[in-house]
Amino acid sequence: MSAHLPILQVVVPLLAAPLCAFLRNARAAAVIAVLASWATLAVALSLLGDVMSAGVISYEIGDWAPPLGIEYRVDIVNAWVLVIVSTIASVVAPYMITSVEDEVERRRIPLFHAAYLLCLAGLLGITITGDVFNVFVFLEISSLSAYALIAMGTRRRALTAAFRYLVMGTVGATFIVIGIGLLYVMTGSLNMADLAVLLPEVWDSRTVKVAYGFLGVGCCLKLALFPLHLWLPNAYAFAPSAVTAFLASTATKVAVYMLLRFFLTIFGAPFSFGVMGLDRVLLPLALAAVVTMSLVAIFQVDVKRLLAYSSVAQIGYMVLGLSFASVTGLTATLLHLFNHALMKGALFMAMGCVVYRIGSVHIDAMAGLGKRMPWTMAAFVVGGLSLVGVPLTVGFVSKWFLILGALERGWWPVAVVVLLASVLALVYVWRVVEAAYFRPAGGDEGTREAPWRLLVPTWVLVGANLYFGIGAARTARVAERAAEVLMTGVGP
Amino acid sequence: MSSVPPFLIFLAGALVVPFLRRVPMVRAAWLLLIPVAGALNLWGLPEGYQLQYEFLGYTLTPVRTVDRLSLLFGYLFHLAAFIGIVYSLHLGKGDRPSVQYASAVVYAGSGLGAVFAGDFITLFVFWELLGVSSVFLIWARRTPRAIAAGMRYLIVHVGSGVVLLAGAMVHAHGTGSLDFGQMELRGLAAWLVFLAFGVKAAFPLLHTWLVDAYPEGTPTGTVFLSTFTTKTAVYALVRGFPGEEYLIYIGAAMACFPIFYAVIENDLRRTLSYSMINQIGFMVCGIGVGSTLAINGVVAQVFNHVIFKQLLFMSMGAVMYVTGKTRASDLGGLWRSMPWTTAFCIVGAASISAVPLFNGFVSKSMIMSSLLEGHHYWVWPFMLLASAGVVEHAGIKIPYFAFFARDSGIRTREAPLNMLLAMGIGAAVCLGIGIWPDLLYGMLPYPVDYEPYTYTHVLTQIQLLCFAIGAVAAFHLWKLYPAEIPSVNLDVDWVYRRGAVRVTRWTGSVVAAIDGVFRGRVLDTVDRTLRGAFRTHGPRGILARTWPAGSMVLWVSILLAAFLFLQFI
Repeated sequence: MSAHLPILQVVVPLLAAPLCAFLRNARAAAVIAVLASWATLAVALSLLGDVMSAGVISYEIGDWAPPLGIEYRVDIVNAWVLVIVSTIASVVAPYMITSVEDEVERRRIPLFHAAYLLCLAGLLGITITGDVFNVFVFLEISSLSAYALIAMGTRRRALTAAFRYLVMGTVGATFIVIGIGLLYVMTGSLNMADLAVLLPEVWDSRTVKVAYGFLGVGCCLKLALFPLHLWLPNAYAFAPSAVTAFLASTATKVAVYMLLRFFLTIFGAPFSFGVMGLDRVLLPLALAAVVTMSLVAIFQVDVKRLLAYSSVAQIGYMVLGLSFASVTGLTATLLHLFNHALMKGALFMAMGCVVYRIGSVHIDAMAGLGKRMPWTMAAFVVGGLSLVGVPLTVGFVSKWFLILGALERGWWPVAVVVLLASVLALVYVWRVVEAAYFRPAGGDEGTREAPWRLLVPTWVLVGANLYFGIGAARTARVAERAAEVLMTGVGP
Repeated sequence: MSSVPPFLIFLAGALVVPFLRRVPMVRAAWLLLIPVAGALNLWGLPEGYQLQYEFLGYTLTPVRTVDRLSLLFGYLFHLAAFIGIVYSLHLGKGDRPSVQYASAVVYAGSGLGAVFAGDFITLFVFWELLGVSSVFLIWARRTPRAIAAGMRYLIVHVGSGVVLLAGAMVHAHGTGSLDFGQMELRGLAAWLVFLAFGVKAAFPLLHTWLVDAYPEGTPTGTVFLSTFTTKTAVYALVRGFPGEEYLIYIGAAMACFPIFYAVIENDLRRTLSYSMINQIGFMVCGIGVGSTLAINGVVAQVFNHVIFKQLLFMSMGAVMYVTGKTRASDLGGLWRSMPWTTAFCIVGAASISAVPLFNGFVSKSMIMSSLLEGHHYWVWPFMLLASAGVVEHAGIKIPYFAFFARDSGIRTREAPLNMLLAMGIGAAVCLGIGIWPDLLYGMLPYPVDYEPYTYTHVLTQIQLLCFAIGAVAAFHLWKLYPAEIPSVNLDVDWVYRRGAVRVTRWTGSVVAAIDGVFRGRVLDTVDRTLRGAFRTHGPRGILARTWPAGSMVLWVSILLAAFLFLQFI
């Protein structure tokens, strides 16, 4: 059984999805979704444990030996990302039951859960596979289901937002498949480990560089690097709350992982940083993302949109860590993958609670909510503090490594920008806090606290923000080892 | 009884406060119990108590090995918190008592946390918490002015914390350690830390938050505010930069410039705020001298200052509580209705003016002596001028305008009992230390070999005081003239003698004008930047608009083209 863990990671949600669709029963589908999500978390955790103790796990699908057959290859890096994705999934899935009943048409709920499970399967697949074409296949699975999930939002603009995302996502996926195709032409292989061995021989060829360009732009589009982020704010703002919470904390993270995998494992750090100057390309874009997107977030009036822009800024931090081209920088990136998932998950879930009660997350509609929904808004405050990077929260840990990385390279100004951007984050978080706690309540007198079925998952993530902020050593150690793996290239 | 970190009692105590909303008596008892329990805990701290834990490969020390410096600040904060709590026991339904009590206790607790912090991260946490918790004492007044001032206050303090953190990180990167101890003012790390301390200590040009926010606090809130924030900063400077020469000049400037403002200011609580900067100037100057006498003087001055400044703010708070006014021109003649408050205020005023037998005298003369011992002859006269300023604006102006002067016709009642009690404790401490200075000297960080009541010290001070008392006498004579003179300008004449009137007024106006232009420029720039940012980053701005799919794809192709182009050249 445990030998087959890698395949179970993907197959469980993949098979649960049609089950949901066939059952046509909202409750049953929801239960299946929750159970499947929890199962993936169990698998991911035990995979991480195995990898930490025993090294890389290779799984040959259908016993076809790589490089011809498809290989699932788990090292610390993707075991870590698998844990991130499945953790969020197992927290969001129970939350989804109540949230979705409120926001999605009843007859569509089983389909909704099916789409969610497909999306989860796709994301986990991208992460676990050791085969580049397989990456593309899973990318399409996760993207298509994500479009469907977003389109189920209550407002009609969800449709156009989903459509725009579809166009952009397809362009991105196409770029990636073009890049993969070019690599195949040059090396005749699709296996990642194999590619990493073969590519150094053809480094000089123009085709490889073009492939690099296509893969880079494709990944950056999927991970919403400024200025390729334009699809993201609307998609997040108009999707159902639970979907936003799920996608915001997983989809972009997996895209970042994809970028790391392509650039550092397949092409290798020497090629990326030495030949292609990746650090110099990414640094300005990341800084621009951090500053401008935080500024944009300050002026938003729809809180979900505000958080969406803040996500783009936070992705800037992750890419910034990569652009330091050092173990510390990558540690920051990998830590922030996890930490940002925790904080944005908590924040979007808190907003889901607000939507559940008052149907809007417009900043004016939230006036005085601090009194009426104390637990929800307290969750928002803690999540917000984490976003700002206050000590005792996970946000601080990420910023810490990021600044250490900057100082290591001697880039003082970058460290300053990171700190200043924290102040910008404080401003936009504060705007919400100000509305909720310092403005007199308007509107409906009878607004009550959100139901515990929403609050419990939200507070699980809030608690995780604090838990992993205080006991950061655990996560930092894993991230650091993962960063070392990435910088040194493929292990044995 | 096993010991706990000093701040923990306050933070945990504050958590309970909101739940006692419905039982005011229990709440009052609980609030009073917090500083008492805290002080007992502090007293019982075993020798060499400290708390450490590992974080990301660094050793954090949330509670440093307790030494006399921290211990003195610790006791002081407990005493100040106790007085402040007694003073605010009357808070009723309309004053948002839960918010005020809880934030005041957290505020005191963060001050305690900061003075026992052994590393930069802990210091940073409490540094920020000081700002965040205290702002509620300003907001609780709920006037639009108070809310705006509180916001500005918060931004400044959060900013100061961020600068501190930046400095700490650079420091950690450079030295591999996060321990907070004496630093040399060299290199980026030290300067950043220094700047962060400077903001909280209200260095010149960084001081505006203080006079902006403190007068806007609630009557009871300002009593707390006047205690913890700036004193924590002074502590940090004593710990981090003793003997740093720049501090002498910064301190001298701080001691001198506010007296011009304090003289022309009409709002008595704002006058006290300016006087506070002046007082901190003395401390900063002493830190700069850095000799054992100077440091002892600074610490003693901190202790005394907290008590008498609190006493003065309490008396003004009492006036404000019963009359709703704090402007000098609106008050006067209150001694008839508020004899006790008047008496306490005079004790506070005498203390701040360093009258012999009051506590200000025993500590300020230490700093002054240390200046001479350290051969800082250039600075000494300025500090003397500053001392004269204190006597005038705080020692005479405050009690005079509030309680005597032209009778404003206000007839009111005496302040509530708890306020009087709190002021009584403060006044007793002022007198007690003034008469038996060894009580305080015994607690100072270094052994004290200093006798305040010597012939020269007393004589110098008496001369200074005579000058001021003469001014008051003349002032009364002047008042016989029928011409109605705006009260604000009167005192300018009398302190700086007739010939110096114009110079003083001119200096005051020039300083104010420069300050005004400077602030105007900054505000203007901020405003313009904000508008610019809004144009591009606002909801309709180019960066936040919803783009059609076509132009999104355009961006993608631009980026790809740029990328490929770079490869082909």
